[in-house]
Amino acid sequence: MKTRFLIAALALLAGVPALTIGVATGVVAADKPIATATGTGTVGGIKVPSANHPITTDVPAEATHRDITDDQKRVRNYADQPPLIPHAIRDYQIDLNINKCLTCHDRRNTAGSQAPMLSVTHFQDRDGQTLGTVAARRYFCTQCHVPQTDAQPIVPNSFQDFDSVLGHAQGGQK
Amino acid sequence: MKIRDAVLCLWRLFARPSVHFGLGFLTLGGFIAGVVFWGGFNTALEATNKEAFCISCHEMRDNPYEELKQTIHFTNRSGVRASCPDCHVPHQWTDKIARKMQASKEVWGKIFGTIDTREKFLDKRRELAEHEWARLKNNNSLECRNCHSADSMDITKQNPRAAKMHETYLFTGQNTCIDCHKGIAHHLPDMQGIEPGWNMKTSAK
Repeated sequence: MKTRFLIAALALLAGVPALTIGVATGVVAADKPIATATGTGTVGGIKVPSANHPITTDVPAEATHRDITDDQKRVRNYADQPPLIPHAIRDYQIDLNINKCLTCHDRRNTAGSQAPMLSVTHFQDRDGQTLGTVAARRYFCTQCHVPQTDAQPIVPNSFQDFDSVLGHAQGGQK
Repeated sequence: MKIRDAVLCLWRLFARPSVHFGLGFLTLGGFIAGVVFWGGFNTALEATNKEAFCISCHEMRDNPYEELKQTIHFTNRSGVRASCPDCHVPHQWTDKIARKMQASKEVWGKIFGTIDTREKFLDKRRELAEHEWARLKNNNSLECRNCHSADSMDITKQNPRAAKMHETYLFTGQNTCIDCHKGIAHHLPDMQGIEPGWNMKTSAK
């Protein structure tokens, strides 16, 4: 029993210098730039800016934007633009088991759902063969058709549609 | 013969008036024992009626629960959420007991590993889903209606498309919730041959 205490005491004694060195050098050195946060600090003889660097600052995340779900069709900016989805599509499953979009927009289901039928161009496979229903290459709706949010564009856009460019749009701006 | 003797012996014991115990002791003791047993039974029943119990098995935790977590029945703007028994166990006592007795088959499934891998679960998903659809169809979507009351539904607050659908199919009693709202809390199985609710010609129940 006595020897055990002796060993423990020796171990503690051996540990004390290591601890004090750790406190004196490591921790204090790390604290230094924070202590002189407004000016410059010296680390290893080299002057470094010690104020908050942009890379270290936490930028608060932007608020997420709300989905537009008003069921209003949007005008297409150009003739080939895939029409936008004006309703919520959260949790819509589009996979091998089921295509949730087609449960309304498929030709067979539009009478009950009163949804617009998907365009017959979607029935054509890549060889130009028109099939009886949607072709495999057009199966994944959200590859082209997307819902919108109320987010404002980050970069201004000067896009003009065809009619505006030609200047003969009815009510379009020149 | 031994079993018969034992039953006869027990019967005689119960049919004979008590010799050593007083009527008061037996009545009061019976009452207290009844409270303890009934309370214990209901506590145990409630314990098996919690989400924590459902997802204590990996089958439920890794498959349906993972899928539920992404849906609006788990996370949404108001923070009200449905847990497993809200939709899968009737709230009324007798119906609940009936469902619990049915669920003893699920204990069998657990013991023999009917869906203990993802592949087995996916293979069986259509069958499992069909059971739930049939149950909700037969009770007129009772578990949906525990929260979503057609009477309290303000269709002027719904978007016109949803309002029209509810007016056409729900309020007329032609269809019930589950006919259109399949797969709202879990992924759907292969839906080959299953018509959406708005194509159904049959009336609900």
